[in-house]
Amino acid sequence: MPENGEMLRVADLHAWYGESHVLHGVNLVVNRGEVVTLLGRNGAGRTSTLKSVLGMVGRRSGSVVVNGVEVIALPSYQIVRLGLGYCPEERGIFASLSTEENLLLPPQVQGGGMSVDEIYQMFPNLKERRASQGTRLSGGEQQMLAMARILRTGARLLLLDEITEGLAPVIVQALARVIRQLKERGFTIVLVEQNFRFAAPLADRHYVMEHGRIAQSFTAAELESKMDMLRDYLGV
Amino acid sequence: MSEIFGIPTQALFGQLLIGLINGSFYALLSLGLAVIFGLLNIINFAHGAQYMMGAFCAWFLLTRLGLNYWWALLLSPVIVGSTGIVIERLMLSRLYKLDHLYGLLLTFGLALIIQGLFRNEFGSTGLPYAIPKSLEGAQNLGFMFLPTYRAWVVVFSLAVCFGTWYLIEKTKLGSYLRAGTENPQLVQAFGINVPRMVTLTYGFGVGLAALAGVMAAPIYSVNPLMGEHLIIVVFAVVVIGGMGSIMGSILTGFMLGLVEGLTKVFYPEASNTVIFIIMAIVLMIKPAGLFGTQR
Repeated sequence: MPENGEMLRVADLHAWYGESHVLHGVNLVVNRGEVVTLLGRNGAGRTSTLKSVLGMVGRRSGSVVVNGVEVIALPSYQIVRLGLGYCPEERGIFASLSTEENLLLPPQVQGGGMSVDEIYQMFPNLKERRASQGTRLSGGEQQMLAMARILRTGARLLLLDEITEGLAPVIVQALARVIRQLKERGFTIVLVEQNFRFAAPLADRHYVMEHGRIAQSFTAAELESKMDMLRDYLGV
Repeated sequence: MSEIFGIPTQALFGQLLIGLINGSFYALLSLGLAVIFGLLNIINFAHGAQYMMGAFCAWFLLTRLGLNYWWALLLSPVIVGSTGIVIERLMLSRLYKLDHLYGLLLTFGLALIIQGLFRNEFGSTGLPYAIPKSLEGAQNLGFMFLPTYRAWVVVFSLAVCFGTWYLIEKTKLGSYLRAGTENPQLVQAFGINVPRMVTLTYGFGVGLAALAGVMAAPIYSVNPLMGEHLIIVVFAVVVIGGMGSIMGSILTGFMLGLVEGLTKVFYPEASNTVIFIIMAIVLMIKPAGLFGTQR
């Protein structure tokens, strides 16, 4: 596994749901320790890109390299064991499990994951409600839980899909603090977001997607000069 | 002789015991079906045939290898469960993306083939299987005689049922199973090998059916059609309890066995239909079953 450099390289990635061709040759690179956003309108292919990296789509072709290992032919349970953590758009909290069971569900994929105590320190609400049924938590608490459970696994590359969707501003601010803390701890993060105001100050680089491919990419330093282009793509 | 509601206590408790024993088999079989349906979304119509295979496996172990009941109790679920694993890998795994109906049709076809093969080889008169020596005889409880083997069947079934419930509801492995039932794709994206879990779950469910078959062998004798007669009632039990509900299967199995036993005492003509009448009423009032949730 390379100590520095690329954590994820996606090249000419195509994906299909049944007969529907949803990704048309996505190319992107995420370096160790970076926070990278995938921006775009609904249906641009951002969620499909994350799912394709994880092998969660019907069919895919191209190349996905995680920590130096080609994973295009691997099933998703083997891909995540290379150190990936996934937080799905719909949060994926299991109704048949308690909060703590949800938290402890994903097995450790690598050493060095956060302890349960550390997680409860980061998300104190979860500690208070650990015996509650997972889906009885508020939207914000469910989102915290969805994030917290992948931090336990030792995953160092986090794929976070629309984590602020439908949440109150105060919760969004709390999530921004968490992302900053994770970045300081050296996590690599791919952030799929529609909430540009949330994502912009956190990210080192941005990719803009349209029609199932990468349309633009730029660094945080170039953001100011790209605002007109972003307004066209995102309508922000 | 003392009576309750005009019925001799000996007859009443005798029928209740028979109901409890039938309930033990209903619970064990519906539990296996619930476990399989929960994770695989397959309505395993071959369950009755696999129960019969468990009984035949015990008979083979005894007559061909000289291995007694206790060995059969251990080995039959493993052997028949292994055939379930082969069926899941070779056939069922190809059907998961299709409608439930295809799984039902496949397992129904398998049940017919398995029963046909056994009937062709052994006829349909049934083969004797003796009660193990240590469980022969009966205890005089004062108000009735309790056959030791039948008491063992009830106690052991309860232990297996609640052991399975504990495994699924209270352990880490169980949390994987429950989560896999809700969203297998996401569970797989957490690094859990869901296809292997599905295969082992089917093998486990089939193993439970085989275990019930071994326990049934000394009571009902070993017959190629023994599962065919039972499985329809067991499906009714599963529907009443709620498809996929573990505790629902256990409680409903024992409860309906008792109801059936009591009906035999008070209104014998309805004893074969009472479970289906209850099923119809439950479906009208609570379509997801007494303990089930709408999926």
